[in-house]
Amino acid sequence: MLANILSYQIFLPLLGALAIIAVPKLSDTAARWIALAVSSVVFVISLLMLKDFDSTNAGFQFVENSSWFPALNLKYHVGVDGISLYFVLLSTFLTPICIISCWHAIDKRVKEFMVAFLILETFMVGTFVALDAILFYVFFEGVLLPMYLIIGVWGGKRRVYASFKFFLYTLLGSVLMLVALLYLYYATGTTDIEALANNDLTRDVQIWLWLAFFASFAVKMPMWPVHTWLPDAHVEAPTAGSVILAGVLLKMGGYGFLRFSLPILPDASAYFTDFVFILSIIAIVYTALVALVQEDMKKLIAYSSVSHMGFVTLGIFTGTQQGVDGAMFQMLSHGIISAALFLCVGVVYDRLHTREIARYGGLVKNMPKYATVFMILTLGSVGLPGTSGFVGEFLTLLGSFQVNTYAAVFATTGVVFGAAYMLVLYRKVIFGEPKNADASAMPDLTKTEYGYLVPLCIMVILFGVAPSLVMKNISPSVAKLLEHYQASQDGTETYANVDLKEAGND
Amino acid sequence: MIEYFAIFPPIVAFIIAFLFGKQLGDKMVELITCAGVITAAFCSCALFVDVVLGSDPRTVTVMNWISSGTLVADWALRMDQLAVVMMCVVTIVSSCVHVYSTAYMHEDKSLARFMSYLSLFTFAMLMLVTADNLIQLFFGWEGVGVASYLLIGFWNHKDSANAAAIKAFLVNRVGDFGLALGIFACFMLFDSVQFDVLFANAEALKDARFNFFGFDLPALTTTCLLLFIGAMGKSAQLGLHTWLPDAMEGPTPVSALIHAATMVTAGVFLVARMSPVFEYAPDALMVVCIVGACTAFVAATIGLTQFDIKRVIAYSTMSQLGYMFFALGVSAYGAAIFHLMTHAFFKALLFLGAGSVIHALHHEQDMRNMGGVWKKIPATYVMMWIGSLALCGVPFFAGYYSKDIILESAFADHTSFGMFAYWMGIMAAFMTAFYSGRLLFMTFHGKPRMDHHTFDHAHESPPAMLTPLVILTVGALFAGALGYEGFVGGSRAGGHETETHVTQELEVEHTIEAPVLKEQDHGLELNRFMFWGDSIKVLPENDTVEGAHHVPEWVKLLPTFAGVLGLFLSWLFYSRYTGLPAKVVSTFKGIHALFFRKWYFDEAYDVVFVKNALRAGVLFWKSDKNIVDGVGPDGVAARSLNIGTALRKFQTGYVFHYAFVMLVGVIGFISWFFYKFGGV
Repeated sequence: MLANILSYQIFLPLLGALAIIAVPKLSDTAARWIALAVSSVVFVISLLMLKDFDSTNAGFQFVENSSWFPALNLKYHVGVDGISLYFVLLSTFLTPICIISCWHAIDKRVKEFMVAFLILETFMVGTFVALDAILFYVFFEGVLLPMYLIIGVWGGKRRVYASFKFFLYTLLGSVLMLVALLYLYYATGTTDIEALANNDLTRDVQIWLWLAFFASFAVKMPMWPVHTWLPDAHVEAPTAGSVILAGVLLKMGGYGFLRFSLPILPDASAYFTDFVFILSIIAIVYTALVALVQEDMKKLIAYSSVSHMGFVTLGIFTGTQQGVDGAMFQMLSHGIISAALFLCVGVVYDRLHTREIARYGGLVKNMPKYATVFMILTLGSVGLPGTSGFVGEFLTLLGSFQVNTYAAVFATTGVVFGAAYMLVLYRKVIFGEPKNADASAMPDLTKTEYGYLVPLCIMVILFGVAPSLVMKNISPSVAKLLEHYQASQDGTETYANVDLKEAGND
Repeated sequence: MIEYFAIFPPIVAFIIAFLFGKQLGDKMVELITCAGVITAAFCSCALFVDVVLGSDPRTVTVMNWISSGTLVADWALRMDQLAVVMMCVVTIVSSCVHVYSTAYMHEDKSLARFMSYLSLFTFAMLMLVTADNLIQLFFGWEGVGVASYLLIGFWNHKDSANAAAIKAFLVNRVGDFGLALGIFACFMLFDSVQFDVLFANAEALKDARFNFFGFDLPALTTTCLLLFIGAMGKSAQLGLHTWLPDAMEGPTPVSALIHAATMVTAGVFLVARMSPVFEYAPDALMVVCIVGACTAFVAATIGLTQFDIKRVIAYSTMSQLGYMFFALGVSAYGAAIFHLMTHAFFKALLFLGAGSVIHALHHEQDMRNMGGVWKKIPATYVMMWIGSLALCGVPFFAGYYSKDIILESAFADHTSFGMFAYWMGIMAAFMTAFYSGRLLFMTFHGKPRMDHHTFDHAHESPPAMLTPLVILTVGALFAGALGYEGFVGGSRAGGHETETHVTQELEVEHTIEAPVLKEQDHGLELNRFMFWGDSIKVLPENDTVEGAHHVPEWVKLLPTFAGVLGLFLSWLFYSRYTGLPAKVVSTFKGIHALFFRKWYFDEAYDVVFVKNALRAGVLFWKSDKNIVDGVGPDGVAARSLNIGTALRKFQTGYVFHYAFVMLVGVIGFISWFFYKFGGV
């Protein structure tokens, strides 16, 4: 077993980025190769970590704890448990794929792009392994910068508007979170996430802190109504940016809820359950309907992400094993499926330079392989049993039914709308008579494209047929989290019937 | 091991044919897919001997699928009597359709894809019927839905086919919405989704209530009704039926396999499978019965007026499914499955026969352009007649036995809804015979109405198409007589001795094996109690199949009479006095329009659901842009910043400055904070 295995994963990409900057007159191709090599090595290290992960241990593993700023009592404290393990893997898995996918698509400022991407990887991995709240905050916010640059510099026509919106939204949320974190430190004297869970904050204080955290995580998810940055960001971002955005960045919100809101602020989380349910349901139904009328492929998939993330928030706040397990699985599955869908859009975008759905049609004739891959992903996104999309969706809904049948019924309608927009998209792009000569002249998937899309498709099916491969590592940690969550609510009154309007307007 | 060979060959064939279809060539693909499903068919029949005739149900667990907390769902093959009967029906019909397709789809470039989808469907259907928990059943349920979607839209360059495929999937999803909620409710009530647990605890919960959607409702009834919504979607019951006629856009073998013989009967299977729960939810059964009866009637009325040969048969399928459902509704589960089985044979026969006609006439489907072709395709002609007679319930054909027992059971239920179902069923039986006769006379008899060229080139189908037809014809002839004792028999012919056994069994609710063993010792005839074992549960007071054997004679004769009368009238209308139909239509314009336009379901749904969903989508999208963004980021930006200059600065490379300033600001703030409070 590799010592400091987590630090390797955090800092190797950073070293790679420094190397690209440091070497003078580096050719673009060399920069690409360095980035690919480094991110691949990191992925291999992640796999080693997965191999050594002890699924019977619900606590943190591979822990590293050393002093960072002794004077300020800040620590470099990292570790993974079942909740963070797969997010780390998702980050390290998608990064090399992104680098391959934009091999030719990015042809300006290649070095800078690769640097941004590797730094992004550092921050992503850091976010998921940080066990110190301030360290978490640094990584969590750090992610913004490279992402902002990726959209703003390498994006499409309205990239500046999109990146500006992205920045404004997320910054607003995170400032509030920072204040909340500092208050927590002030009140408890520690920034250690594990230690923070054993606080004796009153419910009223928790409610304020919860709202501050919520501001940040809800924007990241994104939850309705603070989701409007996402479609713009996706549309303008280059393919690789969209992939990481959908695949990993959206998961940070859900991860935050599981790491901070539920364990540290359990009373407030229980208090706001119905509030979150309502927002989740609106997200699921509202954005699914919006997706139905989109004319831009990326926008459609972006809206579908908001809808899918609605299931995640719904599942997390059920506080049931099935709900949270399902939310975790939904995040992973969405990480794979939406990433792959954006890659698919990238494939045709690279050929025709348009994302307008109506410009395509009848692709099954000239791109049969593409049609097959796209079909598998569509079915995954629709949540067909046997694909990974089903397991998460089904478990969250099952969990929510146990606590609130209203929520379950409304959310379940999402499976009808979800099928509608994806199948309509597929029909318009892939089926029908070829309408546009240039679209029907496009060549099928290249070997490289095939090479990175097929593993994703295989994962979609593998995790759909044998989700226990993943669940066995997740469930114990979730069970531990929920045990703590339930225990801290015992002896306190239930707030289920409290009028939510007041709370919502606070 | 044989259990595996009964289920998995089709999926193996699918994977091989789908991935390597191009390299293998059409001949190899045909061979592999047919071999896969025929293997499954033989193993299923072997299992039938073991499990059903030998009364030896078993469950094979393959591996764990989903487990989360107390929720455990395995991949398992539950091979009890009900499952094995379904397996036999599915694999036999599927084998016929596979073989038939090799010839029917011969000229299609995508033959490999077609064959692989058929195998995929077969596998999904087998997983559905052998599920030992509700989640695996849901897998099969949606799996057959996808296979159906892929096959309806098989000719994916046709817009109508694509639209029909999506419609089928979405309407089914509406049903699945109910099914999923039903599964959630089961889990809430029983803390399990395993059938064994559900069945064992259903009785204890019969008076339980739960809060669902703000109402305090009887738990089991609500759960069963939710499950039934799923069944309605898949089995095209009134309200969720609109996809089935459109599904005829798919190639004809697909219609035969999926939209007649197997997939659409999944809803019937679901209710029969859940019989130990439905039995304790009498109100749910009543709803099942009424919906089934209405479906049988409405579908038959529409069938009277259609001209597309496949659509006539499709509405007839829907109508027959209605029969199965009202049989379920009066607790005659055995009768429903019996009709499912005979229907699978004669309806697949009718569809494949229709395919043979269409094939002969170069893809002509409109009956107004047919006529007089019986001399050209005599074998198809004879077999279509046999299939139709079975459908009409003419004595001693398969449908006669199963349809009669259903109607008798409904009558024997002695409830108002049972009676309602009986009379609706009689009227539907009359109409069924009428439109079947209409189909036959318009297609095969009279003067040819197509152009000479088509007529002269009409030709009998090749052996690969006729052989499956012959097998199905044998089923349509004999399945009823052979299956009667096993599926629904038991006390009719047996006299006094058997009756006492029956009473004994009734006392123990058919579930104890002892009487069965006793009967075997005595070497008695096959009967429904031994045949079904524990796989179907009927409470003694609900045993309408028993009552069906003792109804007045006129009740038994009426369906046959209605059928013969219908056939006779159709002969009058469409062979003897061919001017009559037009006169009748002009006399009853309103009713004809109602039937011809399919009771306006499609139009109503389009206005109420489809248009409004799209409208809501546009509205929400606009509100996203105008309200959420307008108040939020854009508004903020417009007011607090001069957005124009800000944007220009961004573009001129100030990005890094902004980022840098922000980073410095954050670090500065944190440092200050910890410096101030760090020592606490």
